[in-house]
Amino acid sequence: MNTNKFIQQREKAARKWDRLQKSRVPLIYLGSASCGRAAGAMDVLAAVKKTLKDRSLKAKMVHVGCIGPCYLEPLMDVQMPGRPRVSYANVTPELAKRIVVSNLVKGDPMGKLAVGYFDGNGHGKIPGIKRFFDLPMLKPQVRVVLRNCGFIEPEDIDHYIANDGYSGIVKALETGPEKVIAEVEEAGLRGRGGAGFPTFRKWEICRNSPGETKYMICNADEGDPGAFMNRSLIEGDPHAVLEGLLIAAYAIGASHGYIYIRAEYPLAIVRLEKAIGQMREYGFLGKDILGSGFDFDITIKEGAGAFVCGEETALISSIEGKRGMPKSRPPFPAVCGLHGMPTIINNVETLGTLPNIMRNGAEWYSRLGVQGNRGTKTFSLVGKVRRTGLIEVPLGTSLRKIIFDIGGGTLKPFKAVQTGGPSGGCLSEEFLDTPGDYESLAAAGSIMGSGGLIVMDEDTCVVDLARYFLEFTQAESCGKCSPCRVGTRHLVEILKRITRGDAEPDDLIKLQNLGETVKRGSLCGLGQTAPNPVLTTLQYFRPEYLMHVKEKHCEAAVCRELIEYRVVPGKCTGCQRCVDVCPTGAITGPRSEPHNLDPDKCIKCRACYEICRFDAIAGDAIIIRSMRESDEQAN
Amino acid sequence: MTEREYARVFSRYAGEEGDLIPLLQKVQERAGYIPEDAVGRISEFLKLSENRIYGVASFYSQFRFTEPGRHSIKICLGTACHVSGGQILADAVERDLGITDGQTTEDGRFDFRRVACLGCCALAPVVQIDDVIHSRVTVIRFKEILDEYK
Ligand SMILES: Cc1cc2nc3c(=O)[nH]c(=O)nc-3n(C[C@H](O)[C@H](O)[C@H](O)COP(=O)(O)O)c2cc1C
Ligand code: FES
Repeated sequence: MNTNKFIQQREKAARKWDRLQKSRVPLIYLGSASCGRAAGAMDVLAAVKKTLKDRSLKAKMVHVGCIGPCYLEPLMDVQMPGRPRVSYANVTPELAKRIVVSNLVKGDPMGKLAVGYFDGNGHGKIPGIKRFFDLPMLKPQVRVVLRNCGFIEPEDIDHYIANDGYSGIVKALETGPEKVIAEVEEAGLRGRGGAGFPTFRKWEICRNSPGETKYMICNADEGDPGAFMNRSLIEGDPHAVLEGLLIAAYAIGASHGYIYIRAEYPLAIVRLEKAIGQMREYGFLGKDILGSGFDFDITIKEGAGAFVCGEETALISSIEGKRGMPKSRPPFPAVCGLHGMPTIINNVETLGTLPNIMRNGAEWYSRLGVQGNRGTKTFSLVGKVRRTGLIEVPLGTSLRKIIFDIGGGTLKPFKAVQTGGPSGGCLSEEFLDTPGDYESLAAAGSIMGSGGLIVMDEDTCVVDLARYFLEFTQAESCGKCSPCRVGTRHLVEILKRITRGDAEPDDLIKLQNLGETVKRGSLCGLGQTAPNPVLTTLQYFRPEYLMHVKEKHCEAAVCRELIEYRVVPGKCTGCQRCVDVCPTGAITGPRSEPHNLDPDKCIKCRACYEICRFDAIAGDAIIIRSMRESDEQAN
Repeated sequence: MTEREYARVFSRYAGEEGDLIPLLQKVQERAGYIPEDAVGRISEFLKLSENRIYGVASFYSQFRFTEPGRHSIKICLGTACHVSGGQILADAVERDLGITDGQTTEDGRFDFRRVACLGCCALAPVVQIDDVIHSRVTVIRFKEILDEYK
């Protein structure tokens, strides 16, 4: 093995990084991952560029990934020479201009507007501004996998190398594959894609399976609708995932790797392509990597929109150019996978963890988390929680800590949290102190899954949620086995009846029985877990089902057929804003007098409700409520 | 797509079975959909039956067999968007443009797709028009956004 070239690359990268930290021109950081862009980062960028040009100011743009608190996007930071980097949130183009001018022209960091500063570059602090990592959302987090996200330019391999990047693979190549597997075993790493299978074990099986070619696949399909951990990591630190892929491939003896990534993530794909090109250029891919005799190359395969392709055997069929149908296991892919060869599939986050384990050692890693559940886990914290975004905490952190301390709780009273996406379960308040580890969540009837957390408050109807998930899995069922194909369809029909108010009391028993049948009888994980959202909501939120069935009442005012829109006469000032936006002419009434809403004409499009809340004089004179409540009032 | 365009696309692939999905994706990227003649050409190139190709293409929701509109509307109905009112936005498209999932308006202006998760769940509900993702979309704002494309 020959690391001379790597040592030179590392020195060069360190110099480049150092120059950036000590930059003599101001640095302007912009979070330009997909979430930042969706929030308007590109308009902010244009405004910054224009301001710099108009005012003949000099500054260097630094394009970083997402640092996590997406609810603060677009985030923009300014680092003046010799000063710490200061962060500003929810930046509009107008605000961006002010921030630039104030910092660059007046030397004023506008302490009141700043959300936090970053220490760590040796430039001290700024009075009146908090440390960014002391913000309530950040403080309880432990960032291992996400350590570079928001700090380095994902499109620059030197930034990664300067931050100890690729030293994990160097260490792996020095110690040999058996030692790598032993290290991962000692670290206690379990797969982050959902099932939590010990990573070392499947590697060992694959390594020991005969086969002239072995394959290493990165599962970046991220099928859980409502979760984005993998997207964010790839967009923010693609080389970490690629280095992990390299380490895993070396451990199992694979010569070719694939990244199977969903087509809905175009920016992540572009970043991976660029990063792979840089790896080739630097000699981390190809023949005889770092003179170790290890040959490896990577191909990107774009998914084509099928949830089931996240399942490993279906994923393999898809790479082979077939319909993505799962196969019954055994044989497991580790023995007989892609093209019949031993194949390992690991999730993006599992791979992103590996360089950290190799670099810092198993002992360091296993200090994080709890017995049997070592290390950290990223979660995408979304739904009706105040602070939405991507977070990372040690395994075993309670749901309460995640939702309330980190997420800041809900605006309206908390109702439930869904973990594990469509395969997971919906947990009620009494489970908030459940530790976030694989076994505890499973014992509660849910699963850890890949890290999606959907928080719900009293405005969410759990029956509607169960219907939503079952419609999703039913549509995504590949149709190969009948318990899943037919069973999920029946479950959807029953749930639709309930949400429409057409159900019979024994429908709940049918739901339960059918759900258990589908769980037992299905061929792959999709069907085996599809009933979980129904079964858990039935168990923990039975009164809500009963209300739908017996009283045709949807307390959360969500189920379309059971709700209506009403004008509150005492509040309506007759401003006519709702009359203007109503597409069907359901609202009438002269100016300055309370309006009339004709329920027969109302199509429940929500326009009047919104306009009344945000744009009208009265504020909230239009309400959405369960019809039962309206009846009560009428009587 | 012209003969030459097909040739250019094909020239990048070895002609193995595993190239089928990437080829379909490339064709759709160029033409906006999978035209009828593409299936025959791919069948010849990969030496797979047309039936096989239709079987695979129809399995994956990404592939469409009708011409897209000038602008593509994608409404996210992932879980985060669902609990934040994504369905109401989808209803608005169906009502105002008279098209359902997978269809194109008669004037060829818009096509519409329901998708499950664009990965911006923290900013739900989310709508994508062409390459631009709009976040925290309300019914009223959605109407304004659509008007910009009319
Ligand atoms: C229906 C279904 C969908 C799945 N989707 C994903 C996915 O999107 N991403 C993922 O990493 N694993 C997914 N999995 C789990 C994979 O089959 C596999 O266990 C995982 O990629 C292994 O990686 P790990 O050991 O690193 O967790 C899915 C499983 C099932 C049954
Ligand atoms: S749920 Fe809509 S972007 Fe993820």
